[in-house]
Amino acid sequence: MADETPLLDELEKGPWPSFVTEIKKAAKKNKAAKDLLGVLEKSYRDRVTHWKHGGIVGVTGYGSGVIGRYCDSPEEFPNAAMFHTVRVNQPAGWYYTTDALRKICDVWEKYGSGLTNFHGSTGDIILLGTTTENLQPCFDALTEAGFDLGGSGSALRTISACVGQSRCEWSNIDTLGLIRDLTQEFQDEIHRPRWPYKFKIKASGCPNDCVAAIARADFTIIGTWKDSIRIDQAEVQNYLKQGFNVEKHVVNRCPTEALELDPKSGELKVKAEDCVRCMHCINLMTKAIRPGIEKGATILIGGKAPIIKGAYLSWVLVPFMKLEPPYDELKDLLRKIWDWWDENGRTRERVAELIERVGFKTFLREIGLKPLPQMVKYPRSNPYVFFDK
Amino acid sequence: MGKTDIGPPDFWDMLPEAIQRNYGQWKYHERVRPGVLKHVSENGETLFTIRAGSPRLVSVDFIREICDIADKYCEGHLRFTSRSNIEFMTTDESKVDQIIGALNGMGLPVGGTGHSISNIVHTQGWVHCHSAATDASGLVKAIMDGVYNHFTNTMLPNHLRIAVGCCINMCGAVHCSDIAVVGVHTKPPKPDHDRVMAQCEIPTTIQSCPTGAIRRHPDANIKSVTVRDDLCMYCGNCYTVCPAMPLADAEGDGIAIYAGGKVPNARKPPMFSRMVVPFLPNKPPRWQEVVDVIVKIIDIYGADAKPAERLGEWIERIGWESFFRKTDIPFTEQHIDDFSHAVETFRSTTMFKW
Repeated sequence: MADETPLLDELEKGPWPSFVTEIKKAAKKNKAAKDLLGVLEKSYRDRVTHWKHGGIVGVTGYGSGVIGRYCDSPEEFPNAAMFHTVRVNQPAGWYYTTDALRKICDVWEKYGSGLTNFHGSTGDIILLGTTTENLQPCFDALTEAGFDLGGSGSALRTISACVGQSRCEWSNIDTLGLIRDLTQEFQDEIHRPRWPYKFKIKASGCPNDCVAAIARADFTIIGTWKDSIRIDQAEVQNYLKQGFNVEKHVVNRCPTEALELDPKSGELKVKAEDCVRCMHCINLMTKAIRPGIEKGATILIGGKAPIIKGAYLSWVLVPFMKLEPPYDELKDLLRKIWDWWDENGRTRERVAELIERVGFKTFLREIGLKPLPQMVKYPRSNPYVFFDK
Repeated sequence: MGKTDIGPPDFWDMLPEAIQRNYGQWKYHERVRPGVLKHVSENGETLFTIRAGSPRLVSVDFIREICDIADKYCEGHLRFTSRSNIEFMTTDESKVDQIIGALNGMGLPVGGTGHSISNIVHTQGWVHCHSAATDASGLVKAIMDGVYNHFTNTMLPNHLRIAVGCCINMCGAVHCSDIAVVGVHTKPPKPDHDRVMAQCEIPTTIQSCPTGAIRRHPDANIKSVTVRDDLCMYCGNCYTVCPAMPLADAEGDGIAIYAGGKVPNARKPPMFSRMVVPFLPNKPPRWQEVVDVIVKIIDIYGADAKPAERLGEWIERIGWESFFRKTDIPFTEQHIDDFSHAVETFRSTTMFKW
């Protein structure tokens, strides 16, 4: 029991809204939430976690979507002895009707602690804390409400995307339609782990990469365009009239010196062949500059956090791909990558680590892609080269 | 048994009508004021978005309260951002102040747009994780209290993105953030031989170690492993595959701070965050030393960087030696990489600043 939580109480002070206040709200109605408060206070006192490794728990037919969690002090906190997490796949773009959200609240009040994360860092709705016996009825109620579980373990993880064309003029692809399509197509891969390790897909609509797809996804989709940026000269004049220093902040900061401001007319010109579509000018002059109209995406491979051979940023696999339904080219590529990785990867080896181990050249051959200069920062400097005889 | 493999609800049914009408038709946007965006479509329709901060770990009552606001002002729709902010959308400009009033009434700050510090992406920490070296929610709360004015203002040179990972698994993939706060272990795992024999697969456990520090136990009768302390860098990968190798330790666990990462391509390609502080002890509940370092870095960056320059671009321009001098953070042997891609980080030039 945790009637007194002097350490956690300190985190109810200060202007930012407090998660401790939220746990306390749930604790008034729910014993598991109350014991969570006690477990957490104990960790704040002892400075170590009091959660044990998860066992394998889940719902019938799935290997994914539930993270088993047990407290190391079950006698002290019997109502949090089992405190499993349910990952619920979010609707693309994290848009909701209040009706849908209220349904989730009702289900979770009935079958769980009443505590949630909106959202987990991969994108799922996280329902924090329930018992093994409640998992199946909770899942059944969630699917009745139109929701399904997300990925966990050595599976395809829940796919996420930036807001895309739903509310952003910069998006070069329909990120939400795309990930909706991929999510429905790959339900089996999400729900039944069978690979060497996890696999993540994220889609951003432009090179600003608002979902950090290049850092956080094994398979990274970033919208871009091939033709020239579009400049609205009347709006450029408005920026100039309002005193915005276009020369200093935009022209001089262009990384490839692709912009020029005519000193007499104030016309902003772009040398399209020099532009690398970095978004700097577009970011600063939102009303005057837009991406071009020949839209598609760059596909990159390999992004991941440090475990175990160090962190990787995704690198270029396909410099430009048109992305329109039914996305067959993209899906074929994904299936080829998965087959090869599944066949060759060691336990807990992410696709980037496998590619580094056997060589990018081998990987390209296996999935049938030709080498292109866009794939590298620079060619090799060493002379130790394999040639096929 | 109910349905399976239905997938999430179709996002289209979740969209506000104004967004359905203008999907793919947006022309430009403006940042009206901190926390308020205005999107204008090709057909002239205007949508206002009000962004509020959230503690992320929230009760169902909290969700119902924000639903009440969305029902009252936003025709029953809302969305969340990738950084756990909550967004309320309306085509009616007169509702903007009412929505802000309702959010502030709930104790939620409005901001996080433009050149501000948005909400912190983070992991579970002591709230729910077995491998956490620190808490995540508590650190986030303490840091956001410390940088609160940068959430509600847009006075920084550019966006500043903070992330917290409670161990070096970095489930929050914090490694490309302007400021990354990472829980670290600094003591090797202690194999519990009886439990290793009962619970773990020895070859998998040995293979899990990236530095080859795990060996078979020399006594053939003990089907367990030993750890060479001099090779262990406390990654915890063995603990993930073998629960009988715990490495959490009240004194040994703490916080490392990395800086200068980014993901957008603007001006420069994406960059990793780099170590600035190798270790600070865990000091719950408010981790004041950690907050102080972060606030100091942000203050100096805010005063020193050029407009639109991200933290990492600023550091590259002034040089790491200047960064450590200006921030008065000591440079130690831990800052020098000795892992897989170490040599790439060594400087092969005579160009630096005194």
